[in-house]
Amino acid sequence: MSGPSLMDSLFQRSLEDLIKGLRQQLIGEQAFISKSLEEIRNEIKSTDLSTKSTALLKVSYLSNLHFHDMSFAAFPALEVLSSPRFSHKKIAYHAISLSFHDSTPVLLLITNHLRKDLNSTNEFVVRLSLQCLSRIANVDLARDLTPELFTLLSSNKLYVRKRAIDVVLRVFEKYPDSVRVCFKCLVENLENSDPQILSAVVGVFSELVCKDPRSYLPLAPEFYKILVDSKSNWVSIKVLKIFSKLAPLEPSLSEYESSVRFAVGKVREFLVDEDPNLKYLGLQALRIVAEKHLWAVSENKEVVIKSLSDADPNIKIELLRLVMAMILGSILSTCSRNLYEIIVDFDWYVSLLGEMSRIPHCQMGDEIENQLIDIGLRVKDVRPELVRIARDLLIDPALLGNSFLHGVLSAATWASGEYVDFSRNPLELMEALLQPRTSLLPSSIRAIYIQSAFKVLVFCLHTCFMRGESIAPSASLDNLPAGVSAYASYESFDDFSVENGADATVVHGQTHEAMMWKYKRAQNLLGFVDLTKPEVLNSSIQEKKDSEGKGVETSKIIKLMHYAFSKELGSVSLSAQVNVSVPYGLMLKENLSDLEMICGDIEPSSSNSFSFGNPNEEKDGLSFSSLQINEDSEQPHESTSLLAVHRKRHGLYYLPSGKSEIISNDYPPANDPTKTDHSKPRPVVLKLDEVNEKPVAMKQPDPRDNSLLGAVRDVLFGSEDIPPTSSQSNLSNSSKRKGKEKQHTDPRVESKESAVGDGNSSSRRRKTIVKVKREDIEVQGRKMTRKEKTLFRKKKGTVVVGINHDKEPRSL
Amino acid sequence: MGIRFILMVNKQGQTRLAQYYEWLTLEERRALEGEIVRKCLARNEQQCSFVEHRNYKIVYRRYASLFFLVGVDNDENELAILEFIHLLVETMDRHFGNVCELDIMFHLEKAHFMLEEMVMNGSIVETSKANILSPIQLMEKAS
Repeated sequence: MSGPSLMDSLFQRSLEDLIKGLRQQLIGEQAFISKSLEEIRNEIKSTDLSTKSTALLKVSYLSNLHFHDMSFAAFPALEVLSSPRFSHKKIAYHAISLSFHDSTPVLLLITNHLRKDLNSTNEFVVRLSLQCLSRIANVDLARDLTPELFTLLSSNKLYVRKRAIDVVLRVFEKYPDSVRVCFKCLVENLENSDPQILSAVVGVFSELVCKDPRSYLPLAPEFYKILVDSKSNWVSIKVLKIFSKLAPLEPSLSEYESSVRFAVGKVREFLVDEDPNLKYLGLQALRIVAEKHLWAVSENKEVVIKSLSDADPNIKIELLRLVMAMILGSILSTCSRNLYEIIVDFDWYVSLLGEMSRIPHCQMGDEIENQLIDIGLRVKDVRPELVRIARDLLIDPALLGNSFLHGVLSAATWASGEYVDFSRNPLELMEALLQPRTSLLPSSIRAIYIQSAFKVLVFCLHTCFMRGESIAPSASLDNLPAGVSAYASYESFDDFSVENGADATVVHGQTHEAMMWKYKRAQNLLGFVDLTKPEVLNSSIQEKKDSEGKGVETSKIIKLMHYAFSKELGSVSLSAQVNVSVPYGLMLKENLSDLEMICGDIEPSSSNSFSFGNPNEEKDGLSFSSLQINEDSEQPHESTSLLAVHRKRHGLYYLPSGKSEIISNDYPPANDPTKTDHSKPRPVVLKLDEVNEKPVAMKQPDPRDNSLLGAVRDVLFGSEDIPPTSSQSNLSNSSKRKGKEKQHTDPRVESKESAVGDGNSSSRRRKTIVKVKREDIEVQGRKMTRKEKTLFRKKKGTVVVGINHDKEPRSL
Repeated sequence: MGIRFILMVNKQGQTRLAQYYEWLTLEERRALEGEIVRKCLARNEQQCSFVEHRNYKIVYRRYASLFFLVGVDNDENELAILEFIHLLVETMDRHFGNVCELDIMFHLEKAHFMLEEMVMNGSIVETSKANILSPIQLMEKAS
């Protein structure tokens, strides 16, 4: 090939020629491009590096702008990379940044090149390689190059250090263990006085904080100092972003009324401005504020309505959303007032709640969730309808992608599990609970799904055993192992894997504890299935007479579980615990040291874990990550195949891409005279408590429900009049946008609400343990397992009550 | 994540520069660019510069014959991104001297380098024109 190379280098078209040629082609552009591509392919095979690099340059151009595949240039790019000439390296790195991705086969070969270049003395080479690394880093690269990165972080050259800090974020994402090595360095750099370094570090932190705010709370004072001292707007913006994530967690960081007023004043200025950009942003901000502060909107009513006639469709859309949110909010709050006294037809109201949650951009998810659960608890007669609505919500796979609806979906799941005896088709419910798209949900909610699936399963098995049939269970159990084991096995693993590009956003923000809960519950369910499956399947084959003998053992277990789930426990008020006198022989301890005795072998989860995959969880992490490497390749196949199967079966619910939300405009009219059946009395609404406070929705001490428990409890602690929302952080975003005012004050959240996203996980308050005698705590004749005992922790102001056959819960 | 991609598109809808901060296949890119460009080019002067598309926002601005489009996450500050676009244009102006579309076409890799100096891993890391341009000028001398 040496002959042609001379010719090639003499006659090779440079990039300029290529571009000029392209521009001259008025028609037949495609033909020109394909001809050029042919030439390039030949040129790139040549041994002369200059020819190669020019060819590489041309193909990068074509690929970037005309969407041509340049994977054939991957290996030649590496060859050019090894050239000592700087210009060649530049071109090679450019091509690599544009075209390499996780599945490029030659990605492994680049590690050594990068390592050599990262250690080079020429700072521009280092810079090139750092930039390339930031674009293409994957787990292997991140792992292998962490030591080099670490040295660069403490380099003398300002420029290099800055770039290294920028890359650090990406490396953290891909390879969480590098956090241990590099984090200290990063924190030290926060105190660096050089503005460039400072802005880089702040940038990194602003991204990190989005993922797991809690870990970075201790650094808040430093951020505050930076905010006050910095002269650059960009840095202020970044620090404010950090604070907006931190504020909901730490009540002392924020101050309320005056800052909201100030913000609303600014919003008004935006709204009257001529610039459509500002109007749009003003409306958006108002929408976020409106959820909590309706007064803000009523003040600005005229301005708002005027924008309805504005030419810009975007502005109109924003306005309509604002109005809709206000209307929904007021509907929900009026209806729920005074224990729903104005509602006569609860069936209609429940179906209304279901429809409300399907509206796109509905932000009332939390309120709807609370009301669904509340009504389910208080109004017995509406439970069949509630289960029907829940089933509709659960079956639709489109709703799983909507993050606003997670609360509603968790309420629906809980309701369907709890009142499964009212459902018409439990098998369908089971399928809905286990559908593959539930992997989009956060761990705490999936834990609830698993628990409900458990309840449904128990119910099905129980009824089938009662009737002596064995046909139905085998059908469901065939699907069940496939669904649940695939579900349980990869659900925890794919949470640790951040490989899925777009889906990785779902993973962030999950607490470690929630994931462990989910995993444990899945294991419980799987254990149960394994236990009962052989007998049930056997009994389907054999004669009924024979099945008596073999099935006895299994049926006992099933009966047990069914009884445990079916016994209804009423809600207990907050003050009930106070009313219960301390029984003789009970010792209340104030510190956690006794916990060690009870559960010495169970590791409590640490609240200091970094979010990217919990490097603290050593032994579990290791097994997960090693399994992950094997499972990873299988995961995409499994999940897509499951999805395909599900799609085939329930094709009705998978709408074509693009529109995935069902917009329903017809609410059944309220108290429709034609529909109202006066012979049916208004169902009884249970007043669950004499005390003024709303009772907490706790039914069992079953530790498996703690996350929902915690969320519901914490939200219910909020103020009575205003529907509680979880959008505190959005408010501070709006205040952030108001130009240059240094608003380090963010909305204060009542301290109890601050744990909303948190559930039961780490609390810095003191915990007390109730040590109760073993004999007192029996669940259906079996001793409490260790797991259940450890979860009998009493937090201040909350109540956890054990199932005790002697005493009824006090306050019904 | 912040910024997901940056595009420069002319009035006829031809892409002049494309920088992506998350990996998309060629087909996806083609589809994405087609959709977005159609949406943005159809808007007139009086309308606001933010467009919502799927689960992210597009912030755009028109300078002479070129549209600058930046796709960002939903929680990103839109006005800051508008400022960033302006900064980008000013930087290119200083480097090329009265930048026009042809400059970008013929010196695409330089435009890429400038962008790489400013945005890394989807976040804006450098906003001072001097700091951005000096390494580029030094590199050109070195090569």
